[in-house]
Amino acid sequence: MSDDRDLVVLGTGMHPWGKWGRNFVEYGLVAAREALADADVAWRDIEFVAGADTIRNGYPGFVSGSTFSQALGWTGAQISSSYAACASGAQALQSARAQLLAGFADVAMVIGADTTPKGFFAPVGGERKEDPDWQRFHLLGATNPSFFALNARRRIDVFGDTPEDFAMVKVKNSKAAVHNPYARFRKEFTLEDFASSPIVSDPLRLLDVCATSDGAAALIVCTPEYAKRKLGTLEGTVRIKAVANTTPTYPQVRLELPDIATDSRAVVAPPALGFKDSIAHNAYEQAGLGPDDISCAEVYDLSTALELDWYENLGLCAEGEGAKLVRDGVTALGGRVPVNASGGLSSFGEAIPAQAIAQVCELTRQLQGRCEGHQVEGASVGLAINQGLFGHGSCTILAT
Amino acid sequence: MDGWFTTEEPYTLIGARCSACGTYVFPPRSGACPNPGCDGTDLEPAELSRRGRIWSYTENHYAPPAPYVAADPFEPYALAAVELEAEGLVILGQVAKGVMAADLEIGMEVEVDLQVLFTDDDGVEKWVWTWAPAAPSGGAR
Repeated sequence: MSDDRDLVVLGTGMHPWGKWGRNFVEYGLVAAREALADADVAWRDIEFVAGADTIRNGYPGFVSGSTFSQALGWTGAQISSSYAACASGAQALQSARAQLLAGFADVAMVIGADTTPKGFFAPVGGERKEDPDWQRFHLLGATNPSFFALNARRRIDVFGDTPEDFAMVKVKNSKAAVHNPYARFRKEFTLEDFASSPIVSDPLRLLDVCATSDGAAALIVCTPEYAKRKLGTLEGTVRIKAVANTTPTYPQVRLELPDIATDSRAVVAPPALGFKDSIAHNAYEQAGLGPDDISCAEVYDLSTALELDWYENLGLCAEGEGAKLVRDGVTALGGRVPVNASGGLSSFGEAIPAQAIAQVCELTRQLQGRCEGHQVEGASVGLAINQGLFGHGSCTILAT
Repeated sequence: MDGWFTTEEPYTLIGARCSACGTYVFPPRSGACPNPGCDGTDLEPAELSRRGRIWSYTENHYAPPAPYVAADPFEPYALAAVELEAEGLVILGQVAKGVMAADLEIGMEVEVDLQVLFTDDDGVEKWVWTWAPAAPSGGAR
């Protein structure tokens, strides 16, 4: 595989996930300082700041690149601010990557932080009749878990999955999270806990769906030349091999958030690769790697059942066989390819613009062997994947 | 949502159809055909099939946030994603009041009906489409 488009991850930083309702900038500063210290790079030396935006925290959230730059002290750095729903963090990373690979900068900070309201994610305020996100709430009461549930029901009906299979995902992820100091929920759950967990959107229970959280994550990334000057060698560094941000191909025939309807398959046949398959495929192509090369993965388990989908979308198993992987412990710590060794979104709760960056922080630390208690032994290639609302998919691959 | 469904029986959803390539889209839109292989800009309103089969379904037990206007006290409701064969679309809708997840299964035939979504502050009823178990085939409505 070609190395000439690699970036090096010099440092990672996170604010633990939780629910405090404080200013999101506060959390971001903690993550930024931790990442700078980890990289041993001075804030003043950062040449490019890529912010991942939050849309629920007023104007500063829409211009996160400058918000964090001002909070850390203006240095005249170049900036970008990106919003791509759940993929915002990956979009910010892609913005930094493009800048670095183009030679416009040598070292960059990627940062995202969020403060979220309690309960279901709701559309931003105001009567916006043209906005599909507003329409699906107003006309149908189609919450995010409703969409996850439609998908889970399909798995039960088409593949023969059971609610217990879904619960096993949560049990697995909660077990890993106990050892992750950045996770919000660090309690180990058992299958028995599910019986008393209320149904949210049938067949999914409260324990099957991910919460919303406050949190922040930051990365310091640089060109290999910069890393070599700084470290003397590239030996042992964690490299970013791929960042693929992908849209669906018409017709998109899976019902996806926030749409009320799919595209039509009446005139044009669906593409060979569905949307979620294509997100991973594009990243594999960029990296020159495939599913068999992956040591561990961080996937967007907005629901337990969705994690099983991702196994299949990543090519870790054939379509319909996801439940077997979790049943057999293949994706648990100690298994062939541990998934969500961080604890996943089920243990974090989603802090939208920080989440995709946190996935990369976790993988970097896994590849560095720094995840005591939830370490994937011998991890050398990590993959992070998520899907933002409105068809904004992203996949990042890292390798040592 | 004006123009998304007929308001007289037999109730149907109204999508749009591209006059150039013939593809369908729901909700109806104008300006550009969604098919990237088509330059069509002329999208005509099109009444869609009244009946389809359930692709998947769920039942919500928590009141959604605004802008949904939830009944007080809240009552659980089912949602169904329904596949319309001729148009090749899957369209989401609430299931007719009183019909719950236990009454549904994937592949079941349903048809468009209307029900009151909420009554606004001026006492005006707002209507929305729903999916209702299909009357025995051949049965007129």
